[in-house]
Amino acid sequence: MKWLRWGLPAVLWLAAQPALAALNIFACEPEWGALSKELGGDKMNVYVATNALQDPHHIEARPSLIARARSADLVVCTGAQLEIGWLPLVQTQAGNAKIQLGQPGYFEAASNVVPLEVPTLVDRVQGDVHPGGNPHIQLDPRNIAKIAAALGERMAQLDPPEADNYRARTKAFLERWREAIVRWEKEAAPLKGLPVIVYHKNMTYLIAWLGMKELGSLEPKPGLPPTASHLSDLLAQLRRDPAKAILLAAYNDPRGGDWLAERAKVRVLILPFTVGGNTRAKDLFGLFDDSIAQLLTAQ
Amino acid sequence: MSKRHLIAAAVAFALAGPAPAQESELGKIRGEIKQMKDAYEKRIQLLEKRLSEAEAKAGNAESAAAKAESTATMAEQNAAKAEAGTASLASARGGENAFNPAISLILQGTYANTSQNPNTYQITGFVPPGGGVGPPKRSFGLGETELTIASNIDPYFRGVAIASLAPDGGVSMEEAYFQTLALSRGFTLKGGRFFSGIGYLNEQHQHAWDFQDAPLVYKAFLANQLKQNGLQLKWVAPTDLFMEVGAEASAGDQFPGSDRNKNGIGGSAVFANLGGDIGASTAWRAGVSYLQMSPNGRSYQDVDSTGNATTNAFTGSAKMWGVNGVLKWAPNGNTTYNNFKLQGEYFRLRQNGTLNYSSAAFPSVTSYFQTDQPGWYVQGAWQFYPRWRVGYRYDALSYSTLSNGIVNNGLGPTAADFPVLASHRPTRSTLMFDWSPTEFSRIRLQLASDKSRRGLTDNQVFVQYIYSLGAHGAHKF
Repeated sequence: MKWLRWGLPAVLWLAAQPALAALNIFACEPEWGALSKELGGDKMNVYVATNALQDPHHIEARPSLIARARSADLVVCTGAQLEIGWLPLVQTQAGNAKIQLGQPGYFEAASNVVPLEVPTLVDRVQGDVHPGGNPHIQLDPRNIAKIAAALGERMAQLDPPEADNYRARTKAFLERWREAIVRWEKEAAPLKGLPVIVYHKNMTYLIAWLGMKELGSLEPKPGLPPTASHLSDLLAQLRRDPAKAILLAAYNDPRGGDWLAERAKVRVLILPFTVGGNTRAKDLFGLFDDSIAQLLTAQ
Repeated sequence: MSKRHLIAAAVAFALAGPAPAQESELGKIRGEIKQMKDAYEKRIQLLEKRLSEAEAKAGNAESAAAKAESTATMAEQNAAKAEAGTASLASARGGENAFNPAISLILQGTYANTSQNPNTYQITGFVPPGGGVGPPKRSFGLGETELTIASNIDPYFRGVAIASLAPDGGVSMEEAYFQTLALSRGFTLKGGRFFSGIGYLNEQHQHAWDFQDAPLVYKAFLANQLKQNGLQLKWVAPTDLFMEVGAEASAGDQFPGSDRNKNGIGGSAVFANLGGDIGASTAWRAGVSYLQMSPNGRSYQDVDSTGNATTNAFTGSAKMWGVNGVLKWAPNGNTTYNNFKLQGEYFRLRQNGTLNYSSAAFPSVTSYFQTDQPGWYVQGAWQFYPRWRVGYRYDALSYSTLSNGIVNNGLGPTAADFPVLASHRPTRSTLMFDWSPTEFSRIRLQLASDKSRRGLTDNQVFVQYIYSLGAHGAHKF
């Protein structure tokens, strides 16, 4: 019976694991990790699979992701095929029925918002296009509000004893968020019509929300790195029709932008793009505070 | 407008058609027509005006809606609207095609220059694993075309079929398996034909490898890659550190096993992997594996000292254990610009049983046959610039122990009658450069100095293309 002394506590420990936190959340991107924390508070054990300095299109199904997905109760991802290169593998390798497609434990943010740039031609001659539309939905705070409402409800569904808590937190978050949106829209009013250049088509929702004007992108096609000929075309275009800023995400290579900025006399703004993209974008509020503050310096 | 003309013309025809008209009547009719025309035109103008008014109103409504949307109080209602919108979109996507599985195709081909004849390729000192492990054909050659069809079957199972279409005709199934989706608690069961979970490279498809060909140790001990016909059960531990164990039961009919025509399990394998992250920049995985097979009359062809054909058949056990490790690094884990991958594997194959030798001179001679031989490789690939990589691999096999009772006991055939088993330590150095314009295309130059054959060096130059069509595949770590 010697094994009992060690074996039994070990079994009990393993059995007790899921009870430590009410819900284990696996967030594919930092913005959904931040949102989950806002809505779940300390009832959540949130693991964020990627960071703001990583290109969300090129993530690998690392062993650590499979290990974390194994114990997840809820996977919160963008969807719209943003995670197609790695999430399906994590789902099939993790041995976790809860997080499979179509289960309540799999939450796709993009299905709660109206997509922009849904391609009429789905063909890879267009570069790395997403048939469901542009997946970088987090930069329109009105999308965040819609997703928060749906995610809070999903948490309540998955963890009934804490449902009231999630609903109350969601309500409180949405109140603060709406106030913030009103404030941001007021602050950002001068940005209406601001002509900008982007690196990748990853600022589309921000540009649409604030009514800015996207004149072009450093990538000749989505997903293809900037080429010398495309940059010189852009430069010629900017001399005719100048932009006020070149917008890069924290994970984009600054070289192409710097080259163009120097010649076209435009500023490069490295926007956080998601939570953790710079020291000021500590949470979702900080993400928009900093993005708007940076944009206001360009007008 | 053309509609209006049509109506007028029709009216005119109807009035003018039936009776032969007098001049005065004609004038009357013309007047009536003109009146009708004027009346129609007035009504049409009125309708057009109303239409444009309605459009303007709709425009106002739209801009009002946009305004309302930006006043965040509407957010939740919009969410409901969006949901209704996506639902209607989903139902519009119906029809029989809606359940089509994901289909993808890999196109591959090479241009090869080799200083030795690829048809006489052998790894001297090691029991030949059967065809298909040599370098590609000289000059231009089509590689295998890989067709993948995959889909979730129902809430409980997923199905994957990967067929390899050979350039000179013929289809072979690389993998065709079902996999559970609903087992939970970390368990996954796979069944059918699948690449074994032993080692690191074994589970990856050839088009995902960093080099055109398999390491020598995979060629010599696993005939490139071990396919299992059987079942695999895997369990992932509920820990933050990745811990995975798996076991496989198979027919054991693939090298180093052979078709046995026996009931029960002919081959089995177990493996365990650990993995994790070191900071944001580094990810690693390390594993051990053990494979056991019971070949029955596994045969290969050779020639004796006078050049006559011989057949050698092995019956007994084949046991192989191995360790492997891979480490990937990218600044902050962002692989887009720079990244580095280091991997290495070691295997040791022990075979114990009897060998039956037959030739014209000796119709059937049988005695004990034992081998205990290790092999390893280590390789690195460095993406030094977006899209561009350079890689190096070093391969070696050690002859170590090979004990042939037929020769040792003096039963007739001598060591010279087993030329492929002659003492030799195969090595190979390989250098590669590749360029991947997107994740769907890759062009590779590979240079190798291959000393697989005793006393001969094969200098190889390969140019290879790999294209991926259709559904976006996800690659294993």
